[in-house]
Parts: sequence; structure tokens; C-alpha cells
Amino acid sequence: MKTWIEKQKHLIDFTLASLSRRKGKNLGLLFIYGLLVFVLASVALYTHALRAEAQKVLAGTPEIVLQRLVAGRHDLIPPGYIEKIGRVRGVQKQEGRLWGYYYDSVVKANYTFMAPRDMQIERGEIVVGPALERSRGLAAGNGISFRSYSGELHTFIVGDVLPQGSELVSADLVLMNEADFRAFFRYPEGHYTDIALAVANPQEIRNVALKLMAALPDSRPILRDEVLRTYASIFDWREGIMLALLAAAILAFGIFAWEKAAGLSAEEKREIGILKAIGWETGDVIKMKFWEGLLISLLAFLLGYVAAWLHVFHANAALFEPVLKGWAVLYPSFRLTPHIDGLQVATLFFFTVFPYTAAVLVPIWRAATTDPDTVMRS
Amino acid sequence: MIELNSIRKAFNQGRHNEYWALSGIDLSIPEKRVTALKGPSGSGKTTLLTILGCLARPTEGRVRLKGEDISGLPERFLTEIRRQTFGFIFQQFNLIRGLSAIENVILPAFPTGRPRRELREKAEALLADVDLGHRREAKVEWLSGGEQQRVAICRALINDPELLIADEPTANLDTKLSQEFLAILEKLAAAGRTIVLTSHDPLVVESDVVDFVVSLRDGRIVDEK
Repeated sequence: MKTWIEKQKHLIDFTLASLSRRKGKNLGLLFIYGLLVFVLASVALYTHALRAEAQKVLAGTPEIVLQRLVAGRHDLIPPGYIEKIGRVRGVQKQEGRLWGYYYDSVVKANYTFMAPRDMQIERGEIVVGPALERSRGLAAGNGISFRSYSGELHTFIVGDVLPQGSELVSADLVLMNEADFRAFFRYPEGHYTDIALAVANPQEIRNVALKLMAALPDSRPILRDEVLRTYASIFDWREGIMLALLAAAILAFGIFAWEKAAGLSAEEKREIGILKAIGWETGDVIKMKFWEGLLISLLAFLLGYVAAWLHVFHANAALFEPVLKGWAVLYPSFRLTPHIDGLQVATLFFFTVFPYTAAVLVPIWRAATTDPDTVMRS
Repeated sequence: MIELNSIRKAFNQGRHNEYWALSGIDLSIPEKRVTALKGPSGSGKTTLLTILGCLARPTEGRVRLKGEDISGLPERFLTEIRRQTFGFIFQQFNLIRGLSAIENVILPAFPTGRPRRELREKAEALLADVDLGHRREAKVEWLSGGEQQRVAICRALINDPELLIADEPTANLDTKLSQEFLAILEKLAAAGRTIVLTSHDPLVVESDVVDFVVSLRDGRIVDEK
């Protein structure tokens, strides 16, 4: 066993010496290879972290949101609906929500106005999301005016700014008192945007949704699971677009790596002949080249993955942000929670390290099985 | 030490360009002696040397090493024999460029799994023996032709082989360096090594160091002295 370990150490030593002898070529390969892993890992880490973030945020949202439809379009919930729901079994809690969109022509962005139930906000005051704080230069105590859709100017004082931790969902949020909200959007008393429902038993959510549709035929229940699925498919779609754009680069790398790995230079062939003539077995030569392929691909994988990690979790995926996050005017500048998925790492590892190592071995096997006497005639 | 019986060697056998490099060689290489194979280009001396050194197998005939028939052994076993029994000095030296002299010397010992420190100590001693101790860390491409050959000799000796095989060892050397090579050869012979070399250099084949001269022509032995 000791001899075997010593032999592997010799082979690795020789491999490292071989790699350093062809510095330019190998560093170039390492750079391109690492770049590919970096790009793929960045996309994978970013979309995965976004999905995880969305799941974490949505975990606190109501199990069912009920909207009313008129001619297939979302309409206000009229008075009496909340009371009707109270009679549906399985519903633990129901509350009407007030929210709407407002277009701010100054920064050409859409805000979400909302009257929260769980937060006490004084009349004339608003609480804003961090993106508004940045784009409009707002801070607690500042005043800001919005012209409502009816043409009236409403002035509010910023009471507070929401914390950055919630920015993924609160970047463009403007929270206000219910009376202010109704006045701003001219919402009739007793009307709501939609109804949030809490269902205690997760097994019952679908049944409750069916009962709601039966009791209120003009309504549409939206389940939290469906929202999660939609988020997931949006991120999958974006990831797909990104990968499609990268496909050409991946293909180019594949051809380059295969060319490099599959073709042996005359110098390399000569060296293999020498090694065989001086007593190296075919297996030793193949092992040596195996170590070479593994060291390059492993190093490229590690460098690429660590660079991707820093890019995604410390530089906010600056390179892919517009594609992966969306083109919203108010970019949420949130920090994603670092998260590594074992299966994702294994998949990336398998599709980058394995093919290269295998590609290295095929031509070596051919060269290493040639007769050692050829070196005598070179 | 090595006995060859009715050795024939063909290249491209069965094809239109079939060529018989050796046609019926019977030869005995004595132990602890220096044997030189001489002959013009194309006489078959390098082919014979590759068969003696287990680098190639004969098409026909038997090769016996210390009485054991090795002509039919698979490549793996031949490699093992080659590593343990033979040391090779090639005409073009065949050193690995980019590696230092000492790294080149220890290369044949890598498959043995001997500790690196032990290998380096042995290599340093061998290089010192041929006055190359001070050049051990120099890359081989920076060395002169004579120095490169001495590195190749040390490389051939790292596994302490009983038999040294040298192909045209003075072909790339001037007279002074050739004489230096013969001096080294003399030391190796005195140390009890069996040496087989090919040469058409009179300086070598007529030297006192060489005990036996085998002359070849057209793949046959024409004279033995």
C-alpha cells in the first residue's frame, strides 16, 4: 500500500512538472475551462438561491388568496363576501386586503401601494420600501407628493423605511393608512382588492378552494403552492434562456477541450515513447495522464465554482442580473442567502470534470499502447 | 546472459511492403562483458538491440534471459523485466525537456514506488560520479551534448540494472567527448555490468573496453570477434 501511494505521488509530481512545462497552453485551458464553470455555476447558484429566497418569503403568505372576477378580469371584492367565506368550513381566518399599483412618472417606475392590517400607520404617513428610499432619496421625516388617478395631489410624510432583508418583495412597496389608501384610489368603503385566507390543515386547502368556488362562483382562489410553482417556472424559464444563450459558448468550449484533450502533440507522443522505453507500464502512462486531466478539470471546477459563489453572493451576480432578475425599473438590491445544493454541485461536476478527464484518456490509451521500440528509431 | 536462437524480425508483415530486418540470428551475450554490434546503416543492429533489450519481440525465434524464455511474454511482464534488468542509453539521449537533470535521472524509478528521498540521494551520487553534481538542478536543454549523455547514463543506472543497452552512444559526440564516454564505459564494465552497444565508430569498436564485436550485414551476423 505504501509503495502504491508513493508511486501515485511520483506520478502526480511528474504530472505537475509536465503541466508547468507547458504553462501557457495549460493556463489558457484552465482559464477558459474555469470561465465556463463560472458561468454555468453562476446561473445555477443564482436561480437556485432566488427560488429558495422566494420560497422563504412566500412561506409567510396566506394559503389562499381570493380574487373576484368580472368578465375574466380582476375586480374589487364587494361588501358581504368576507362574511360569506366565514361560513366555509376549514377557513381559520379571513381578511380583506387593500393594495394597488401606482406609476411614478418622476422615476418611471411602478410602486405597490398597500394598507397593511398588521401595522399601525398614522393618517398622512407612509412607510416605504428600500428601493424608493434610493430612487427618490427618501428618509424618515421627508415629505413626498403623489398625484392620484383622479388628478388630486396627496402629500405624505415618510414615517419609516422597510428593512433591507425583505427587499426581494418590499423594494417598491408604499404602506399607508387604510383611510388614506381609500381616499387616494377612491376605493368605496367595504370594498377590498382581494381576500387572504388562512387554512389550518394543509391537506384541506384544495377542498376549501373548491368550496369557495361553489359558494362564490365569480371568484378565483389562488393557492400559495400555485404561486410557488409559477415562481419556480419563471426562474426555470430565465435559467433556460441564459443557458440557451450560453449554449454556443459551451459548444465552443467542448470543441476546444476535445481538440486539446484528444490531440497529442509530437512532443507528448515522444515523451510517452521515452517513458515506456525506460520502464513505465502502459498503465502508468495512462494514470499519469489521468491525473493531468483530473488536476486541470478539478482546479478549473474549484476556481470557477468559487468565483461563481463570490459573483453571486458577494457581487450580486452583476453579470447576469438583468436577465435573471428581470427588467423591472426598481431593481431590488437584496442579498441572497448563500446556499449550496449537493445535487446541483454533483451535476455540474459530472458534466464538466468527467467528460474532460475521459477525453484526455482516449488518445493517451492509443499512444501508450504503441511499441516502446519506436523511441529507439526517433 | 542473453541467448538468441534463430531470431527473425519482420516489419509490415503480410503487407506489400513487408521487410525482414533480421534473418536468423544466433547470438549469446556473455555476462559482465562489453559487446559491440557493428554494421552499416540498415544492417539490423538497432533492431537486434531492441530485441535484446525487450523493447520489441521477435517475429520468429527464441530469446532467453538467464536461461528463461522471455520471447512470448506479454508486454506487462516485458516492461517489468526491462525496468529491473536493463538500462538504456539512446542515440538522441531522449531526455525529457523542461525537467532538470536529476528529475530525468529518477524517472525510470517512479513505477517502482521507492521513496523520493532515496531516489534523489541515489541520483545525486550517480551524477556526482560523472562530474555533474553541480548541474543537477539545471534543465536538460541547457546542458551540452556530453553532459546530456552523462545524464542519460545516470538515468540508465538509477534502477541498478545488470545490463546496459546503448544505441550509437558516440554518434552525437566529438572525439574528446567520445573518449570521456569510453572512460565511463570502462568504469561500468569494471564494476561488473554487462554492456551491449551498437556503433560504427571505430573509436568505440576498436577500443580495449569492448570485449566482443559482432558484425552485421543485411540482417545476418557476418563476423564475431
